[in-house]
Amino acid sequence: MLYLHIPFCVKKCRYCDFLSGPYPEEVRKKYLKALLEEIRCRCGELSEKTVTSIFFGGGTPSLLEPEEVEAVLGECRKYLFIRADAEITMECNPGTADRRKLDGYREAGVNRLSLGLQSPREEELRLLGRIHTWERFLETYSQAREAGFDNVNIDLMSALPGQDLRKWKENLGRILALDPPPEHLSIYSLILEEGTELFEMERKGLLCGELALPSEDEDREMYHATAGILKDYGYQQYEISNYARPGYACRHNCGYWTRREYLGFGVGAASLLGEKRFSNERDIQKYMEDPCAGRQEEVLETEDIVEEFMFLGLRMTEGVGRKEFRERFGKSMDEVYGDVIRKNCGDGLLMDDGERIRLTERGLDLANYVMAQFLSREDG
Amino acid sequence: MTHIDQSKIRNFCIVAHIDHGKSTLADRIIEQTGLLTSREMQNQVLDNMDLERERGITIKAQAVRTIYHAKDGEEYIFNMIDTPGHVDFNYEVSRSLAACDGAILVVDAAQGIEAQTLANVYLALDHNLDVFPVINKIDLPSAQPQRVSEEIEDVIGIEAQDAPLISAKNGIGIDDVLEQIVKKIPAPKGNPDDPLKALIFDCIYDSYKGVIVFCRVMEGTVKKGTKILMMATGAREEVAEVGYFGAGQLIPCEELSAGMVGYITASIKNVKDTAVGDTVTDADHPCAEPLPGYKKVLSMVYCGLYPADGAKYPDLRDALEKLQLNDASLYYEPETSIALGFGFRCGFLGLLHLEIIQERLEREYNLDLVTTAPGVVYKVFKTDGEVIELTNPSNLPDPSSIEHMEEPIVSAEIMVASEYIGSIMELCQERRGRYLGMEYIEGTRALLKYELPLNEIIYDFFDALKSRSRGYASFDYDIKGYEKAPLVKLDILINREEVDALSFIVHADSAYERGRKMCEKLKEEIPRHLFEIPIQAAVGGRIIARETVKAMRKDVLAKCYGGDITRKKKLLEKQKEGKKRMRQIGNVEIPQKAFMSVLKLDDKN
Repeated sequence: MLYLHIPFCVKKCRYCDFLSGPYPEEVRKKYLKALLEEIRCRCGELSEKTVTSIFFGGGTPSLLEPEEVEAVLGECRKYLFIRADAEITMECNPGTADRRKLDGYREAGVNRLSLGLQSPREEELRLLGRIHTWERFLETYSQAREAGFDNVNIDLMSALPGQDLRKWKENLGRILALDPPPEHLSIYSLILEEGTELFEMERKGLLCGELALPSEDEDREMYHATAGILKDYGYQQYEISNYARPGYACRHNCGYWTRREYLGFGVGAASLLGEKRFSNERDIQKYMEDPCAGRQEEVLETEDIVEEFMFLGLRMTEGVGRKEFRERFGKSMDEVYGDVIRKNCGDGLLMDDGERIRLTERGLDLANYVMAQFLSREDG
Repeated sequence: MTHIDQSKIRNFCIVAHIDHGKSTLADRIIEQTGLLTSREMQNQVLDNMDLERERGITIKAQAVRTIYHAKDGEEYIFNMIDTPGHVDFNYEVSRSLAACDGAILVVDAAQGIEAQTLANVYLALDHNLDVFPVINKIDLPSAQPQRVSEEIEDVIGIEAQDAPLISAKNGIGIDDVLEQIVKKIPAPKGNPDDPLKALIFDCIYDSYKGVIVFCRVMEGTVKKGTKILMMATGAREEVAEVGYFGAGQLIPCEELSAGMVGYITASIKNVKDTAVGDTVTDADHPCAEPLPGYKKVLSMVYCGLYPADGAKYPDLRDALEKLQLNDASLYYEPETSIALGFGFRCGFLGLLHLEIIQERLEREYNLDLVTTAPGVVYKVFKTDGEVIELTNPSNLPDPSSIEHMEEPIVSAEIMVASEYIGSIMELCQERRGRYLGMEYIEGTRALLKYELPLNEIIYDFFDALKSRSRGYASFDYDIKGYEKAPLVKLDILINREEVDALSFIVHADSAYERGRKMCEKLKEEIPRHLFEIPIQAAVGGRIIARETVKAMRKDVLAKCYGGDITRKKKLLEKQKEGKKRMRQIGNVEIPQKAFMSVLKLDDKN
């Protein structure tokens, strides 16, 4: 699995705490050069030379020209075997890609698009600081379909300031009325991250009245309504925030949750290689000077790996399996977590069918509460 | 140094109302007597505990010796003993005073005499000290040195016309103070050849030297090798080292003779062998009788202290033992709580003293503590004639066996600027105060006299006083005695289980109000659980207030992809870490700070 971080944006959104922002054209050129250099020097680190998924994330990767995408994928192909059926996803913000670009991406090998819509409602888009309109999205969406993209995700946000259950259902309705509807939906409850504009607005007490944040109860109503509605439309919830038509679950993201090996390229990108997690230099200038320097390494101990296996695995509705646990760690899951599993089953937060354990509907609401208990070390 | 000339020694202390500039004057005296250069001076040399510097108050009495070249051409040894100014620490002041021959009274040129000025000066006069006044902060625009000097003469009755007018902060008038120390403070008396008689006024524990005894030699001489006897505890040791107090360090010397102030070490490992107030004598040639002990002060505020981690109980016990060594006013005894396990019931001089001890335990001994609501000592008269002194509300006998109860009452003197008399009287009224009278001082200020129940002033009375008078009120009190009162025990039930550590005794009339506030506060402090948690206040089994902590609805991170696994894991770890700082009571987890937060119910008002 490969991840490529493209940190450029037209403008910073009000909720975004990612390593991204607007940069001048020449920085983009220089960055791309650095990215190619990093690919050259690092591809050898992967133990698995066959690539099954590639993800262009950002930022706004759709600011790249098709030739640039082709150059990046071409560089990867020099060192690694990219399977013909590999999932190659590109995050794309409505209004940043036209038909020409979309055709070009497709030609370069991209076969999945993830559209950062966030909301079909103009006032919500403005509040979030998004640059596009619903109209613009519709244009990009149909162009993507015309260009032949038959695996499309749409990102949406719920529990936005001023949102209520009725408005949220309307939002969802508009998306499901698209023709054809998207194959995949990622739906996040808004989180106010420190350092973002929305966080500051909340701190200053500006998110009130018409812009009041939904209560926890309302947030959960929206969340549960979403799963119900999407089920009726043939989507299956396969992770806390992800829903897909059968066969369209995002392979790349599932790879993260099952702790597959991945190599991340670009400023601040993370990698998981064997028992080590790496994260790249976070300063873009330094990164461009020497893209292979300034990487931080975190050596994971077996306990860390066990913990991650559990809390990442539990994000998925299929949960974690006893057989796999034993295969990976050479001991039984119950030996390590028997008490925690029993307690949480008793509290109605986990289901246990003897083979797999997974979060219940209430467990999904309280996932952190459950997952924190699977951090086993120093447990008294 | 064998034959020290007593007439060239001056043992003195500085007394003042809090914030009148006592520590700053001490700094200047040290500076100008040339012991230290200005560069070596940290801001306040005598306050060597971090905590003191942060809070800006002096907690522990400490001593320093400096050399002064007087205008008469002679060299004088000054032993200066710093004393705390807060009302809670009268006991420590009295210990320091007993080691001195005179005192400098510092009065703020703008504020004039305050309640603790009076209390401290009377305490000094009680110890037969010669007191001379110094008027400080004359550089302030609002300074009225003439008015203040008249006030000192009128109210205290000591001569003040030639009081040095100084600004300790700016180093103005310090020369004058130094000369007056030589002229107005008497030299010590005592015969260096008589049997040894030395007064312990402080102790500290050092892991290398053992207990270090701070003492004032009244009669006789002590040196290395002297076999000493502690007259009250009966402990015998051989002296390993004697010396005096440099600024911030101990300087060994040959001997300490009558009139001198210094320290003794004798490899004393057992902390209990040394009691502040005890008399040290020569085991081979003991003196006839010990010095009159220090004025013993009783603990007025009690609370339970528990280690957050039950396994740290022995550590807490050792820490308390060591703290008690140089803070004789700290009292403790083991107790057990159903909610909190093994801990100690501790007695303090007041709430500030409690907070300081708590912080010292946490900082200096690295302990994590849970503190229960502080209370006073009640007298419970049972129907069978037995009288119980109740320090822990959990030990209150069944109400049917109680004939009546009594609570401690204090006589309080509050000095306040005239315009705030109304609001302060209102405050005293709310706190069940009984008005005794009022005297005007200088037309602009008044001395209000009240009797107040001690349990009404231990929480936040001082803060309320300050805020309602914009700082223009000061306060001092003395225990007057016990009075009958309708008292009840207020119990707190969390998820229908009584939490003994949260129970306290309260006047029947304020039970409802306090119960309601406690429930509200606990609702804020207790995190949501998987289930709904009722929080109830009850008196004698009858519920008088209730709040509910709703069940947890949402605790989930919407996003977690490859790039932020480490960060998300840290969040989960933090969440788990937070749980460790909780106390499990029944199936409810209560944050440790909830136990302390209920003390500060009136903070918002």
